[in-house]
Amino acid sequence: MAQRRGRIAQITRKSARELEIMREAGRIVAQALEVMRQASEPGVSTDEIDRLAEETIVSAGAIPSFKGYHGYPAAICADPDDIVVHGFPSDTMVLQEGQVFGVDVGAEYMGYHGDAARTFAIGEISAEKQRLMDAGLEGLRRGIAAAQAGNRLVAISSAVQTYVEAQGYSVVRDLVGHGIGRAMHEPPQVPNFVQEGHFAEYNLTLRPGHTLAIEPMVNAGTYAVVQDANRWTIRTADGQPSVHFENTIAVSKNGPVILTAL
Amino acid sequence: MAKKRKQTEAEKQKKAIPVRGTVMEKLPNAVFRVELDNGHEVLAHVSGKIRTRVIRVMAGDKVTVELSPYDLTRGRITWLHK
Repeated sequence: MAQRRGRIAQITRKSARELEIMREAGRIVAQALEVMRQASEPGVSTDEIDRLAEETIVSAGAIPSFKGYHGYPAAICADPDDIVVHGFPSDTMVLQEGQVFGVDVGAEYMGYHGDAARTFAIGEISAEKQRLMDAGLEGLRRGIAAAQAGNRLVAISSAVQTYVEAQGYSVVRDLVGHGIGRAMHEPPQVPNFVQEGHFAEYNLTLRPGHTLAIEPMVNAGTYAVVQDANRWTIRTADGQPSVHFENTIAVSKNGPVILTAL
Repeated sequence: MAKKRKQTEAEKQKKAIPVRGTVMEKLPNAVFRVELDNGHEVLAHVSGKIRTRVIRVMAGDKVTVELSPYDLTRGRITWLHK
């Protein structure tokens, strides 16, 4: 197995009991996403959305995973249009008609994390943006479908990339999905693209009990991204919109199980 | 939350600054004290590529060290000169 080669750090497989807790953490994340979906309308500040998400998580007895993670200042990432990921919500960042608005949120429940993201349409959006959103969501669905026990991890990367690029979009290369469990980011890295020799993880054989956050970031234009001066926020290099969809899943005997569902 | 991808070895080396020097002393944990030709002293590990071969690094060896641009007192030995 991969661990024996010493290239990838310890990858844990979760027991049925652990998976139950992670399912609960995932349910709380899904609830927060649902609250945010309903609140995401033109004129609402992202600060307000962040507050709603945090309230939902805390009242369910969980802790927002993002807040304080390497100094991250909020419970969610707020990513309108050209922001790919890790946008800081703020009272000056207000949602506008026609935007695609990505939100990413995580919750820690009884020591285990759930992590998921969605992209919402704010008011009426253009047909091109709708097509981009559809491609992102379908990319995630195909990535998850590839997470079958016995498959190599590269099957996920390849499923996402093949579909997204066939739609004429690109997959961000500088950010990846990840293992998840006791920590929000655990090994392995889960790239949404295949680049020969780039990741030792590609060879990992998926086994029941592996828990992964699969999260394609799909750009309308080039996959190149730039980082803001705050050292967090990632934008598309060409300013075109980007969408982001993520679920935490568990590999099982009977196929992938989405943990971040209601 | 999306994870920033780890840098590959190739990318790390692109940013690194190669400098020549002489190994002064072997320290524990495969660390070496290297005096650079410009007079500075740095602590250096042996690169993964060299480790795949049976090459012993000893005091007195002339080496090329790649310095991290973030910490100029640390480096990676990437070449042993004859």
